[in-house]
Amino acid sequence: MRSTSFSYLIFATMLIALGAIFLWVPTEQEMGIIQRIFYFHVPSAICAFIAFFLVFVGSVQYLRTREDKWDRLALCAAELGVVFGLIVLISGPLWAKPVWGVYWRWEPRLTSMLITFTIYAAYLMVRDYGAHSTQAPRLGAVFGILAFVNVPLVYYSVDLWAADQQLHPPRNVELAPAMLYTKWICYAAFFLLLLRLLAQRMELARIETAVARLRQKLSDEV
Amino acid sequence: MDNLHFLFAAFAAMWIVLFSYLMRLNRRTGELGRQLEELELKLLEQKGDSPDS
Repeated sequence: MRSTSFSYLIFATMLIALGAIFLWVPTEQEMGIIQRIFYFHVPSAICAFIAFFLVFVGSVQYLRTREDKWDRLALCAAELGVVFGLIVLISGPLWAKPVWGVYWRWEPRLTSMLITFTIYAAYLMVRDYGAHSTQAPRLGAVFGILAFVNVPLVYYSVDLWAADQQLHPPRNVELAPAMLYTKWICYAAFFLLLLRLLAQRMELARIETAVARLRQKLSDEV
Repeated sequence: MDNLHFLFAAFAAMWIVLFSYLMRLNRRTGELGRQLEELELKLLEQKGDSPDS
């Protein structure tokens, strides 16, 4: 599919998602209107997890094959994971304040998500500082693999720690059909957005590598 | 409707983060364009200096 058609598809899916969130889905009875944050808070978290998984895949594949494209996948996916993770960490406290009475509590899901976000932000900083080092992709790959250990911890944190320490609801809460459909529409919209941003970022990284190589070649010839 | 401002703030924050990222990508694309022009000029200069030209 051409990138323009794909962008139109994302635009249409986003519009449908917005319509569903603000015009169609019924207001949840306990939390009220604030519960609608759920429809972009959770898809953002899922997108961040998918991106972190791609960092893991790219890192493993880079160590196996030493092909640049896998390193680029890991680096670009980490960037997107941090972007979606940031959305989660901003929208979460804004949802928590009216429901829990506080913006932040050091409970398992919040704490593990913050740690994971910080680790991937550190990964990007390490890659940025070592951008011109030949060792950077290999070190980055090892970092990318180790960092992924945190992701299942975040996902299963509501099961792993005692219930009295939790503020987040358990996984797989039952939703009314309209809420369920809206959730899936939002998942689709965010997933398509993630794919589009990743494709664009990887293309940019490919051109950056080509320009850097050309520059090197030219300076060697002089 | 009491919590509408929290919903608005969260929603606005999401779009601000996404647009900031897109603007960053755009800036990098612009920077790459400039680097390519610079490299093209260097290539032309090198061709001009070479004995075959």
